[in-house]
Amino acid sequence: MARTTLTRTVLAAVAATSLFALGACSSDAGNEPAAGGEPAAGADDGVITLGFSQVGAESGWRAANTKSIQDTLTAENGFDLKFSDAQQKQENQIQAIRSYITQGVDVIAFSPVVETGWDAVLQEAKAAGIPVILTDRAVDAEDETLYESFIGSDFVKEGETAGQWVAENFDGEGLKVVELQGTTGSAPAIDRKEGFESAIEGSDVEIIDSQTGNFTRAEGKTVMEGFLNKHDDIDLVFAHNDDMGLGAIEAIEAAGLVPGKDIQIVTIDAVKDGMQALADGKINYIVECNPLLGPDLAEIAKAVIAGEEVEKRIVVKDEAFDQAAAKEALPTREY
Amino acid sequence: MNNVLRHHLFWPVAALVALLVANTVARPSFLSITIRDGHLFGAPVDILRATAPLLLVALGMTLVIATRGIDLSVGAVVAVSGAVALSHIASSPNPESPVTVLTAIAMALALCLVLGVWNGFLVSVLGIQPIIATLILMTAGRGVAMLITGGMITTINSAPFKVLGSGFWLGLPVAAVIAFGVFAVVAFVVRRTALGMLLEATGINPAASRLSGVRSKTLTWTVYTASGLFAGLAGLLISADTMAADANNAGVFIELDAILAVVIGGTALSGGKFNLSGTLVGALVIATLERTVTVLGISPLVTPLFMALVVIVVTLLQSPRMRERLTAATRRQAVTPPEPQPAARPDSTEVKAR
Repeated sequence: MARTTLTRTVLAAVAATSLFALGACSSDAGNEPAAGGEPAAGADDGVITLGFSQVGAESGWRAANTKSIQDTLTAENGFDLKFSDAQQKQENQIQAIRSYITQGVDVIAFSPVVETGWDAVLQEAKAAGIPVILTDRAVDAEDETLYESFIGSDFVKEGETAGQWVAENFDGEGLKVVELQGTTGSAPAIDRKEGFESAIEGSDVEIIDSQTGNFTRAEGKTVMEGFLNKHDDIDLVFAHNDDMGLGAIEAIEAAGLVPGKDIQIVTIDAVKDGMQALADGKINYIVECNPLLGPDLAEIAKAVIAGEEVEKRIVVKDEAFDQAAAKEALPTREY
Repeated sequence: MNNVLRHHLFWPVAALVALLVANTVARPSFLSITIRDGHLFGAPVDILRATAPLLLVALGMTLVIATRGIDLSVGAVVAVSGAVALSHIASSPNPESPVTVLTAIAMALALCLVLGVWNGFLVSVLGIQPIIATLILMTAGRGVAMLITGGMITTINSAPFKVLGSGFWLGLPVAAVIAFGVFAVVAFVVRRTALGMLLEATGINPAASRLSGVRSKTLTWTVYTASGLFAGLAGLLISADTMAADANNAGVFIELDAILAVVIGGTALSGGKFNLSGTLVGALVIATLERTVTVLGISPLVTPLFMALVVIVVTLLQSPRMRERLTAATRRQAVTPPEPQPAARPDSTEVKAR
C-alpha cells in the first residue's frame, strides 16, 4: 500500500513539473535564449545589453510595439535585447526589472502597466547605477531622477485631435456620441477621455453614454450591443482604441446598421486592422498612436550610455487619418 | 404557492425576472424583438448569444462538481482552443474554405479533449485533489496558448468561421443554437439514463458507490474529459465572436462565472445532487447581469461592486437557512396571523429594488 502511494506521489510530481516546465518555457517564448546563463555584459564590448519589460500582448497596437522594439534592438545595431512579457501584471514587471538589475544589464526600459508603485524598484536600479527609460506610458514617481527619459505619445493630444475632428465636422447637428473607454484607471483611458471632452466643449456634440470596453474587441462588442439596445439615436462612437472600435463594428452590423454611415466611428491607434476598416469605409477617422518606438528607444539608449544629456520627455509624432488618407497610407504602412 | 416558493428553480428564476424587469423599467423596449436582415434582433437575442459560451463551460462544470470535483482549467482551455483554431486558419493558404475551418475546429476540439483527459487522469487515476490537479492546467494552459499564438493576438478573416460567432440559423444566433443543443443532448443523456444517478452516487460517497459496483473512476475521468471538450467548444464560440484569439484575455475568469452559474442554479459545491436546469438559469442570470450594467448606465468604477451585490442577494435567497430566518423574522413582526405569502414578499421586492 505504501508503495502505491509512493508511486502515485512520484508520478504526480513528474506530471506536475513537466506541465509547469511547459508553461514556464512558453511564457519565456519571446525572450532571448541566454537570459540567465550569460555573464553580465558591460558597455565596454560595444554591445549594449538592454532589458525590456513589455506590458503584455493585449492589443494589436502592443504587438506592433513589441515587433518594433525586437526588430530595432538587434545584434547588428549593437544591442543585446532581453525581452519579457508581463502579461498585464505589475508584479511580473517588477520581478523582471529586478532580474535585469541582478544580471547587470546596461539599460532597463519598460512600459509601466499602471502609473504608481514603482519607486522602490526604480530606487534599486538607481542604486545599481542602471539608467531606466520609460516607453509608451509614464510613471507617477515623485523623484524625477529615477528615470532618464520617457518616450511616448501625448494621450491628451490624441483625444483632442479626435474631438476636434468631430466638432469641426458635426457642430450644429446635435450629434449624440457614445464612448468606449479603455481600461478603467489607465493613463490612456483617462487622458483620451479628458482630451476629447475638452475639444468638443462649446459645440453641441454631446456624450450620451460612456462605459469601459477594457481595450479589447470582445468587450467593445458587448458594450456596444448594450448601447444599441439602450439608445435609438446614436450618431457616433468614440472608441479609445481600434480594437474596441472593431468590436463595435461587429455589434453595429449585427443590429442591421451600416458602420461608418448610420453610425460614424472615431478611434485612436491606427493599427493595421483599424486602418483596413477605415479604408473600407467602416471607420470614419483614426488618430494615430505611433507604436514604432524602437528607433527612438535605440537612439536614447545609446545617448544615455555615451553619457550625453537626454530630454526628459520625448513626444512621438502622431498623425491622423480620414478614409482617403487611409487608402493612400495603407500599402506602405509597417504595422 | 408554498410549493412554488420551495421549488429549487424559484429563486434563480425570480432573480432573472427581476433583472429583466429592472432593464425594462430603464428601457421599455428592452424585451422587444424585431426582425432585421432576416434574423431576430434585440436584447434578448444578444443575451442568448452571450450566454452560449458560459452555458457550455457551466454544463461541464456542473457534471464535474456533481462528482465532488472542480475544474479550474476551463478558462485556459478556452484560450488554447481559440489559439489552435485561429492559428491553423491564419496559416492556411485558403482561410475561406469550409474544409480549412472544419479541420481547425476538429484540431482545437481534439486538443481540448486531450487536455480534459489529462485532468481526468490526474484526478481519477493519480487521486490528486481536483482543485490542485486542474490548477496545473489553469496556469500552464495560458502559457500553451501564448506559445501557439507566439504572444500575439491572432486575427483572421474567414466567413465560414465567423458564422459560429455572429451567424444566424433559422433567425436564431448559431452560437446559442449550438450551446442549447449540446445542453439539451447532455441533459437528455444524463437524466433519461442511469448516468445522472451514478454521477450523484459517486459524488455523495465515492467509496460506497465503488463497492456497490459503480465505476467511479471511469465516471470521474469522463466528466473531466467532457468539461475539457465543452470548454474547447466555448473557446471556438468566443474567438469566432471577435475573430481574434487572445491568449491572455480569452475566457479570463470564465471558470469563476461558471462555478457561480452552477451555485446560483442550486447545485452544492459539496457534490452529489446536481441540477442542470438550474445551471441554465444561472448562466442566463450572469449574462443578463452583464447586459444590465450597460443598460442601467452604471459607472465602470462601481460595476464590480454592483455585480457582487446582486450575486450576494441571489445566493442569500438561495440558502434555505437564510430563508428560514427571514420567514421567521417576518412572522414575528406580522400583526395578522402568519401566512406564507406575505412572508416571502419582502425578499422578492428586495431583488426587484436592485
